Amino acid sequence: MKVTVTVNGSQVEAEVADRTLLVHFLRDVANLTATNVGCDTTSCGACTVLLDGKSVKSCTVLAAQADGREVTTVEGLTDGSGEMHPVQRAFRAEHALQCGFCTPGMVMASVSLLDENPSPTEEEVRSALEGNLCRCTGYHNIVRAVLAAAPGASERRPS
Amino acid sequence: MIPAPFTYKRAWSVDEALDLAARDGDDAKFLAGGHSLLPLMKLRLAVPEVLIDIGRLRDLSYVRDDGSQILVGALTSHDDLARSSLLAGQLPLLAHAASQVGDPQVRHRGTIGGSLVHADPAADLPAVVLALDATLVARGPSGSREIPAGSFFNGLFETALQPGELLEEIRIPKPQAAGWSFQKFTKRAIDWAIVGVAVQGGSVALVNMGQTPVRAGAVEQALASGAGPRDAAAHAAEGTSPPDDINADRRYREHLARVLVGRALEESAART
Repeated sequence: MKVTVTVNGSQVEAEVADRTLLVHFLRDVANLTATNVGCDTTSCGACTVLLDGKSVKSCTVLAAQADGREVTTVEGLTDGSGEMHPVQRAFRAEHALQCGFCTPGMVMASVSLLDENPSPTEEEVRSALEGNLCRCTGYHNIVRAVLAAAPGASERRPS
Repeated sequence: MIPAPFTYKRAWSVDEALDLAARDGDDAKFLAGGHSLLPLMKLRLAVPEVLIDIGRLRDLSYVRDDGSQILVGALTSHDDLARSSLLAGQLPLLAHAASQVGDPQVRHRGTIGGSLVHADPAADLPAVVLALDATLVARGPSGSREIPAGSFFNGLFETALQPGELLEEIRIPKPQAAGWSFQKFTKRAIDWAIVGVAVQGGSVALVNMGQTPVRAGAVEQALASGAGPRDAAAHAAEGTSPPDDINADRRYREHLARVLVGRALEESAART
């Protein structure tokens, strides 16, 4: 079937098999390979992207279900000027990654969280990231980074 | 890992979905959020030849106050249930339980209707609608019919829906008793409940204590005759047939049921 998805602001149109998963559409058709396939069973969150602004696991969404809709991957968080997204900057500043495999999904899940809740508590960050697994178990720094990137952070936390 | 080949069809109205289902018969399945069905298809545990995508029927996504009852559209996502101020005021059990399903990504896609028709006894919301004495409205080629939640779950992944029927709405009477609680025990954050319990007033339903969600009848009887939470909870495993599996054996589940029902009844009592 023909699928047209607006990926990071650009229309990507392709004839794909009906059973094509969104994550494969992004990686193999749109050639955006930052989004990783981890567990492939809706558990690990490495494939997390935004679908119409909300985090989803793209290994469990058909490309057909995203037809006509907007997808944002981690590549789309920056405008190409080299300036990183605040969540990416915080991940670097707080050393919130080790091997980096979970990072694109962690970042996208965090962006979705901060959109829904701009000043989460530490507890809320931990529970909002329950669908993202870090195989290096680097959770403490990830949580620190999300708290640092929260738009409401400066009002709530001493720097 | 990708599903076996199938033909994808998209419905833009309930009528169109029913027409497509009538045409393809047993070979077709409805696709809502896909968070129960797609994982099964990737494992080849479900191999439908046709998927009828009903995920764009936005008019089946709502929570409404209808006076004596709350109406929930079958395609309302778990996330929308969890954030509904109407539910927070009128049916906090459903809002809270929905906020405990899976993880945020799953809750953005998964729907209450999808969870109910999938009828996994380890799922949270089937037990919740059972405890709330909900009525499920199914629509088929010959019109709509109401199915009480108590007669909806027929067996493991089996419901009272006929082939070609679509779950359209969940009708939930406003509870008479204010106390409620939802408890589940998992080993890891996003796991299915090893055992769970939903309490609304004197109604108690159990997750993963049989082939279907079940009412804890003996607990309800004990409560009705004046037993306190601990004494009533001692009956939690009576009449149940919990599975033995990799997560827990039967005796452990029976123990968990007694512990969780006790906690749930105490929490519920504290909320009245």
